[in-house]
Formats: sequence, C-alpha cells, structure tokens
Amino acid sequence: MTLTEFANPTKFLALTARVLPWLVGLTAIVLLIGLYQSVTAPDDYQQGATVKIMFIHVPNAWLSMFVWAVMSAASLGTLVWRHPLADVAAKAAAPIGAAFTFLALVTGSLWGRPMWGTYWEWDARLTSVLILFLMYLGLIALWRAVEDPARAARAAAVLTLVGAVNLPVIKFSVDWWNTLHQPASVFRAGGSTLDRAFLIPLLVMGVAFMLLFLTLHLAAMRNEILRRRVRSLQMLQASRQAA
Amino acid sequence: MSLGPYASFIVTAYLAATFVIAMLIGWIALDYRSQTRRLRALEESGVVRRSGRSATEL
Repeated sequence: MTLTEFANPTKFLALTARVLPWLVGLTAIVLLIGLYQSVTAPDDYQQGATVKIMFIHVPNAWLSMFVWAVMSAASLGTLVWRHPLADVAAKAAAPIGAAFTFLALVTGSLWGRPMWGTYWEWDARLTSVLILFLMYLGLIALWRAVEDPARAARAAAVLTLVGAVNLPVIKFSVDWWNTLHQPASVFRAGGSTLDRAFLIPLLVMGVAFMLLFLTLHLAAMRNEILRRRVRSLQMLQASRQAA
Repeated sequence: MSLGPYASFIVTAYLAATFVIAMLIGWIALDYRSQTRRLRALEESGVVRRSGRSATEL
C-alpha cells in the first residue's frame, strides 16, 4: 500500500479507525511516564522547582512551530498537487496548533513571572510567538468566513505559506536579537546543554506531545471529512428539493 | 515533594495545560458525534451518496 492511496478519504477513514485506538493508548502511556518524570525531576540550582514548568512549556513551544510547518507542507499539497486531503489536514491542524501556541505563551508567562520578574516582555521571541498565535486565529477565521471549502483552502494555503516566514524568525530570534529569552539549549550545534536529569523528562514529554498532536490531528481530519460529506449531502438534498 | 515558594505558578501552569488539552479533546469528540449524527439524519431522510455507500461507512 502506497502513501498516495490514502488520498482517498474513505481509505483514510478506514486507516484512522484502525490506528486511532492504538495511538490514544500509546499517547496516554508516554504522557503518564513523562508526567511522572517531570514531577520527580530534581530542582534546578537556579530555577528551583519552576524548572517543572519547562517540561510542558518547551514541548508546547516546539509543537506550536511544528504544527505550522505541517500546515505549510499541506498547503503546498493544496496549491501544487491539489491533494484531496491536503487542505483537510491543514484546516484540522489549525485549532490544535493554536491551542499549543496559547499554552506555550501562558506557561512561559507563568515561568517568567518568578524567574524574570515579569509575565510579559516585548522581546523578539515572545512577540514572534504571539504573532504566530494571532496568525493561527486569523487562519481559523478565514476558513470560517469563506463558505466554499475549495476557495477557502486556496486562500488559507497562501496565507499559511506566507506565515511560514515567521518560523525561522521565532527559531533564530534569540540569536539575531538581544532577548530576555534564553538561547536554544536542546537542539543546538555542539549538543544539548541540559543535564540528563532534565533532558530525559523533557524529551519524553516532547514525544508525548508529538503523539498527542498526531492523535488529535487524525481525529480532527476524520471530523473534517465527515463535515464535508454532510455539506455535500445537504447540497444534494437542496438541489433535489429545488428540482 | 515540595514545590517551594513558586508552587502556585507551577500548579497553575499544569492546570492550564490540562484544561486546554481536555477542552481540545472534548471539542474533537463532540464534533465527531455531531457530524455522524447529522450524516445519519440525512441518510434516514433518503439522501445518499452517489456511490450508494453509507456516508459514515469506514
């Protein structure tokens, strides 16, 4: 079976029905392990117990950018290959990405208050992530504003690809500008600067949140396919009534 | 386990994450129920796909 076979929504629904229960179970197990490791991790010598906030803040921040990257890839699929599931994937991912970005901002603020002395600072990293959050909301609004899914998909795909410019800005903002936010400490040239006591729980939580995204995304894509079937049946019903 | 002087910030962060993710899961689950219910209602009213297969068929 090749990947292109899943371009058929019915085959995709069948795959989702088989895979989702296993994904839910795997996500729950990895998340529980990650939470246990996060709760039992030692205090940091500078941050104290607030380091525990990092185990949820950092995975959410990673996912906030990753989801937009997934939507950008899907947008290419919409504009270039007109893949039937591409804009379903992009539309289904947007609210999930918005939720992860919101959590990255909120948990970051809750860590910033005791550590930096402020909930918010208009520095490059925080501002560029806030812009990402607003772009998610803008995309969701665009999809809701345009009734025809095909027209909405093209407009949203263009907006998503334009918005992808913000991803390197977020990633390298801590290197390009003098910011309050600390530079990269996990994925960086020369390896991670984190001690294993913090790195392992962080990576486990990163995997857990990635699995959570995959699970929620598949479920949301399934919902979107069903929503489009409802729409086409309603149009069929309306055309019969008009005839 | 002691969370020190910043316990309220740590607990709030975990509660916020739990709440938002629970809302997301709940919204997706309710949306699935809503779409399948609407599809069944349409099929029961005699509207079927051109293929003749059920719209909720996997």
